Amino acid sequence: MNHIISIHDLDRAEIDRLLIRAGEIAAEFAGKEPLKGKILGLLFFEPSTRTRMSFESAMLRLGGSCMNLGGVEVSSMAKGETLADTIRVVSGYADAIVLRHPKVGAARLASEFSDIPILNGGDGAGQHPSQTLIDLYTIRQSMPLDNINIGLIGDLMYGRTTHSLAYALTHYNARIHTIAPKGLGLPESIHSALEERGSSVIEHDSIEEVISELDVLYVTRLQRERFPDPAKFYDVSSSYRITPELLSDVKEHLAILHPLPRVDEIDPEVDNLPYARYFTQARNGVPVRMAMLTEVIV
Amino acid sequence: MIEEEPKRTLVISTIENGTVIDHINAGEALVVLRILGITGSTKECLSVATNVTSKALSKKDVVKIENRELKANEVDRIALVAPNATINIIRDFRVIDKKGVITPQILIGVLRCPNPGCITNTNEPVQSRFEMQRKKAVCAYCDALILSDISSHII
Repeated sequence: MNHIISIHDLDRAEIDRLLIRAGEIAAEFAGKEPLKGKILGLLFFEPSTRTRMSFESAMLRLGGSCMNLGGVEVSSMAKGETLADTIRVVSGYADAIVLRHPKVGAARLASEFSDIPILNGGDGAGQHPSQTLIDLYTIRQSMPLDNINIGLIGDLMYGRTTHSLAYALTHYNARIHTIAPKGLGLPESIHSALEERGSSVIEHDSIEEVISELDVLYVTRLQRERFPDPAKFYDVSSSYRITPELLSDVKEHLAILHPLPRVDEIDPEVDNLPYARYFTQARNGVPVRMAMLTEVIV
Repeated sequence: MIEEEPKRTLVISTIENGTVIDHINAGEALVVLRILGITGSTKECLSVATNVTSKALSKKDVVKIENRELKANEVDRIALVAPNATINIIRDFRVIDKKGVITPQILIGVLRCPNPGCITNTNEPVQSRFEMQRKKAVCAYCDALILSDISSHII
């Protein structure tokens, strides 16, 4: 049985296969319902808009149906049931489970107690492999993944999406440029892991010094809840902002990505420029998750 | 009256049955005792020598425990803090088995994950699992790293 728990579990061939499949899936299954009669269990123990709805949309488009846990407060978790027991029970009701949970490693644990495939929809500050596949897919729509220069800007300390994307891009020999407010740089352990895997990682003090070299700019938001002092948050958050002026001398094929939701990091005027790929990226959630579902549900 | 020169040799009494853990890194004997759950309130007859002169290590610690043979998971824990240790099983005052310790590649239920957000630090029915990568231990659930002071994470 296949689970998709972490991008670290996928080698380059497996990632490529999923991305190619995502690109062909609409045509491949046009007018067909390959997952008719199959049920996807959606177990979300944390809020989610894009992940939950796009998995649901993907399943419906493949002819399957979805079953929601509903709120945690109306489930047996409220009575103290463990996640392990919940997974054992739900694996008797569905054909695959998408799990989002606040604890890191929850999806790995779930895979050990489940008789059906587990798809990790985000486990706390840990892994969110479908987001990484969407990021790669979106880049791949604009350019080949090999040897790109990618800039990661924002909260690189806690931002799980940047860690996973950077890790995945080591399969493709990327040059990784990091631009982060003071104290929010890439953790040393991640930095050294990327270099051990053959990628070069270059730290920059400002986006201006590197923007013209980039093929991809990946922007993330600062998480307000991590700042006990609101004044400090505004100081840091205003330290970077992607504006049309900043993009006056960039490569023609530059792709700007953001996992959304954004706050102030990207000026809305950038939305209309050809570089803006973040809403396409959000839409790509459906074909990528369709590819994942057809990969694991038989 | 001539005072007799005191003997400059170390004397720890031999044991009839039990285990001798030799070649523990100097100063780590008390950690080994903690790993084995030996405290002031336990009943084992015990000898501990610390900072003893050793040919191999220059200084070493030795622990002798009567009437107890170690389990495999206890040996795994000892390997983390005393990678040079030798375990001697004693029966009728004779060494009937002598072996070194090997740090296992995978440690199950041995270390507590330092990440408070890790699923292994909840009431879920799961044991911690770490993979040893050179000198660091990596949590199989949350990828948290233990880079130093590994003994303080031993359960």
